Amino acid sequence: MLSRRRFLQAGLIGGAVLVAVRAAYGPFSPDPSVAEDHEFAYLALGLKERTILAAVSPVMLAGALPQDAAERDHVLLQVIRGVDAAVSGLPPAVQDEVAQLFALLGFPVTRRLVAGVAGPWLRASSEEISAFLERWRRSRFALLRSGYRALQELIMAAWYGNEAAWPRIGYPGPPALTK
Amino acid sequence: MIRDPVAQGLATGWAAHDASTFTRDMRLDADVAIVGTGAGGGVAADILSKAGLRVVMIEEGPLASSKDFRMRESQAYPHLYQESAARKTEDKGINILQGRCVGGSTTVNWTSSFRTPPGTLEYWQRTFGLKELTVEELAPWFAMMERRLNIETWTTAPNENNDILRRGAAKLGIPTATMRRNVTGCWNLGYCGVGCPTNAKQSMLVTTIPAALSRSAVLVSRARAQALTVEGQRVSALECAALDARGLRPTPYKVMVTARHFVLAAGAIGTPALLLRSRVPDPRGRIGRRTFLHPTCVSAAAMPDKVDGFAGAPQSVYCDHFLETHPIDGAIGYKLEVPPLHPLLTATTLQGYGETHARLMAQMPYTQAIIALQRDGFHEASQGGEVSLRSDGSPLLAYPITEFVWDGVRRAYLTMAEIQFAAGARSVLPVHEDAVPYESWPAAKDAIQKLEMRVLKAHVVSAHVMGGCGMGNDEKNSVVDAEGRHHHLDNLSVFDGSVFPTSIGANPQLSIYGLTARQASRLAARLTGRPAPVLS
Repeated sequence: MLSRRRFLQAGLIGGAVLVAVRAAYGPFSPDPSVAEDHEFAYLALGLKERTILAAVSPVMLAGALPQDAAERDHVLLQVIRGVDAAVSGLPPAVQDEVAQLFALLGFPVTRRLVAGVAGPWLRASSEEISAFLERWRRSRFALLRSGYRALQELIMAAWYGNEAAWPRIGYPGPPALTK
Repeated sequence: MIRDPVAQGLATGWAAHDASTFTRDMRLDADVAIVGTGAGGGVAADILSKAGLRVVMIEEGPLASSKDFRMRESQAYPHLYQESAARKTEDKGINILQGRCVGGSTTVNWTSSFRTPPGTLEYWQRTFGLKELTVEELAPWFAMMERRLNIETWTTAPNENNDILRRGAAKLGIPTATMRRNVTGCWNLGYCGVGCPTNAKQSMLVTTIPAALSRSAVLVSRARAQALTVEGQRVSALECAALDARGLRPTPYKVMVTARHFVLAAGAIGTPALLLRSRVPDPRGRIGRRTFLHPTCVSAAAMPDKVDGFAGAPQSVYCDHFLETHPIDGAIGYKLEVPPLHPLLTATTLQGYGETHARLMAQMPYTQAIIALQRDGFHEASQGGEVSLRSDGSPLLAYPITEFVWDGVRRAYLTMAEIQFAAGARSVLPVHEDAVPYESWPAAKDAIQKLEMRVLKAHVVSAHVMGGCGMGNDEKNSVVDAEGRHHHLDNLSVFDGSVFPTSIGANPQLSIYGLTARQASRLAARLTGRPAPVLS
């Protein structure tokens, strides 16, 4: 069994290797909804990161999103934009850590071995994604638990910071003030 | 019309500069240069400028004011907080809420005001040789700051979130008390944490800093203090980097400050980091050690009636029973309070995802929450954390949560659940990844006793960063003396929460105000040769 220290070391070395291998590895098909979003200037997230978020967000937010498919797609895009805005506002050192997390999730070998998702994110089923979240959430490795928490916090913040989320949870929004 | 003292002051020509707009370097000279404009920096600027000294204030965050405060979490957290209110300890096990704006954490705190508890001061006297820091010595300084910031007992009825803590504790025979708050004409809205939109909160942003600026003090915001220049036993200069408009990366421009005296008030992560970057003398390696957080755990309850925890003064009731019934240096004790429940913070704090999380969020108006703040730093097994530097010079706090602290977390989960059931909760949810809503006190008790206490399982948060440049009379275990003067550099003082040798055991703002009032007054008297002015 992998010890915690060995695992962390592997993670660090893996991170360096990933950066090198990622560019060479292909082919990659982005989620069409994120690929076609030209109206927002993404500052932090590339197509690969957005494709992962497009897969994970509906599972993370299951039960919290509008029923209507078109409305749902619209708010999911807003969630991804919200995550981009949040990540781009973090200090550079923390942005690097977020990039490493997405690299780990995006690189096919680690996606399969560490996240347990067999095929590309675009084709992953919600059961598969849910199993991944559950595994990381309850992992004995603090590093994986922190990866789960990062995704949970980024996606939840992007959705519940958005006023479109408020009617469902009975939050009336801030009171009106005459300034 | 809500009066905005910042907008008014700027219109009268305050020397307030936004370094993100700089197109060239700036050089400043002052009697005293102050790094940071929070509880320590604000009070120091007020006293030193009133003493007639020329003051320069350096602030990493933006100068924002009530006209910018729109009561929206998604705007306020990236704008006003360190790391968008998602600052983490090294292992990501603790989320830290800390301000980064003019006024520092006082601009975004929940206004709770406590004098330093006598037991804490006695422990400092006994353990760190701080003989002068007695209750009697500090009382007039607390009184002065209470007047200055209108700190008074909150007389409006507590909101339901707070009242449930009061009622549940009362049912169990546990005493609670009413908070004191630094507000004037509070509208009881509940949005203190995202910048007071009415300027009722008497933060540094609307009190001491405007006072200093009106006396011709200079403020440079969006400037990060990079390093002090040390020459022999003195600091000769401070080099700052102008930051971009979002405060993330340095621009090519510098702000160079020379001064007779330098005051560091950048908070308990920022101040040690600046000293480490500056490589000031530290023969015992004390800088950045013993950093305390009041590690805080959360218990959420589903109530039969509406709570609306987003509305009304966020904190008005507290309980010190679990601090006062233990010896201070025995098993860890905890203070009970409640947090405001706004959607973003609630959603990111609660455990889980998907349908389970969505159901919890749908219950938000019926949700009550209690928090337990662990009093860390009073026992061998609670040495706190350590601030170090990342390769890019930014600070990183490692805070390993020891078994000693986890023991307190478990007892606190039990206490909070029992109080919530006593107040009529339908179910109680300890905020821990392995916990679910429990529908009775015996079920909750049984489950809490079995919960695995590990980081990123139990959700631990902190809004109080303390220590890292501890006071003491012995340089072996401290960085500054009982007046906040650096042990090795003659013209360097630290006036912020980083001087606390342990945690406070209460929300720290008034401890910082009172202690800084004393230290800054002594400094003013030394620098001017006249008695220090009294703030009113």
